[in-house]
Amino acid sequence: MIHFLVHDTADTVGVAVVDIAAGTECAGRDLSTNKPLAAKATQNIPLGHKLALKDFAVGDTVIKYACEIGRTIQPISAGQHVHVHNLKTKRWA
Amino acid sequence: MKDLKILGYRRENGRVGVRNHVIILPVDDISNAACEAVANNIKGTLALPHAYGRLQFGEDLELFFRTMIGTGANPNVAAVVVIGIEPGWTQRIVDGIAKTGKPVAGFSIEGQGDIATVAQASVKAKEFVQWASELQRTECKFSELYISVKCGESDTTTGLSSCPTVGNVVDKHCAIGGTASFGETSELTGAEHIVAAKAANETVRKQFMAAFDDYQNLVFGQKTNDLSESQPTKGNIAGGLTTIEEKALGNVEKLGKKTKFVGCLKPAEAPADKGLWYMDTSSAAAEAVTLWAASGAVVHLFPTGQGNVIGNPIEPVIKLSGNPKTVKTMADHIDVDVSPILQGEMTLDQAGDALIEMIVRTANGRLTAAEALGHREFVMTKLYRSA
Repeated sequence: MIHFLVHDTADTVGVAVVDIAAGTECAGRDLSTNKPLAAKATQNIPLGHKLALKDFAVGDTVIKYACEIGRTIQPISAGQHVHVHNLKTKRWA
Repeated sequence: MKDLKILGYRRENGRVGVRNHVIILPVDDISNAACEAVANNIKGTLALPHAYGRLQFGEDLELFFRTMIGTGANPNVAAVVVIGIEPGWTQRIVDGIAKTGKPVAGFSIEGQGDIATVAQASVKAKEFVQWASELQRTECKFSELYISVKCGESDTTTGLSSCPTVGNVVDKHCAIGGTASFGETSELTGAEHIVAAKAANETVRKQFMAAFDDYQNLVFGQKTNDLSESQPTKGNIAGGLTTIEEKALGNVEKLGKKTKFVGCLKPAEAPADKGLWYMDTSSAAAEAVTLWAASGAVVHLFPTGQGNVIGNPIEPVIKLSGNPKTVKTMADHIDVDVSPILQGEMTLDQAGDALIEMIVRTANGRLTAAEALGHREFVMTKLYRSA
């Protein structure tokens, strides 16, 4: 079973394609290369939500689709849930 | 892919439709009651009540006429009865629709009241619907379909599965000489550079960027903070989308991998030629699909993640989803399930072919989920308040 997908090798977050429980050793796939990936989830990640693939400091840019999708407003560790509580748009702000 | 055969209605002007509606079209809000009375009298006709048509002016009035005339002119419409409060604007809409060669008749209420108008219009509506009921589907080509595309209640699965599935179909359709259109100006924010790079030439790129910048200026002129309360929507956020940039990057997967867009359309403007066209639309589903139907689109492809339920009275809306929860919990709304993509059990090419098969079935007469459920959202776009 695949737990998460990554659009591009440059991405710093993956997308959960099943509900992931905290502590799960996750199997992933890079859609741009079709290569397998591995990551440990340290928090629950619902289907469709994002998993941090690296550590972020406040103000860091998050990459998905090899493009910027916003800046962090909280520190995030690899394996944590990335969403509106710790990531914010750079547009219209 | 090779071109496919479909069974459609070839209209007087040569255009191909896939539905055979007889519509009762109000010119203005106060003529809705008469139109609904006619549609109640004459079975098989469809009234399209709406909220506007009085004291509009300038570009907003032009958009109003383009939407009204375009809706009547759509190849999915066999014949039209137009009812307005007064004869001037009523006749302008009748004349616009009549250019297609299809049967159209106008009636106005002032000087005789609703009851007499409804009686006269019902006689004509009955004549039209009986005539239309004898029209036969004939063999037409898939490439003759004008297809519009827009997603709704997106989540991260739309960017992974249902939107690139539509992109696969856009590539295949445009490669055989088909016509398609995308839009959703606000939801390109963060991916505008990707769209701009898909413009067929520098003129088209500049036109697109001008429309995009206009919208950004509107946001900055109207906003009290950022738009995080509505873009992404609460449904998008529940599905895991965090920012407008992330939403936009998933959205533009619908444009395909190979296809360049050949021009930019004003809202409800008909494409002048084949190929992929950008239209400057809202991202609100009912408003946007109403504009595409008014531009002549005959089938709409609608990827959804969390489960938007929209339909349209003129063009069938085919819904596809790649979210394995949504295809179960909202199965009554989903026409094509592409959720096996997430586990690598279906390729985008296979998903595209499955969607093409559903387009053919829909064109041949299969009712979409939205049609069977009675979703007929007809929502006019208004640019500013009336005089």
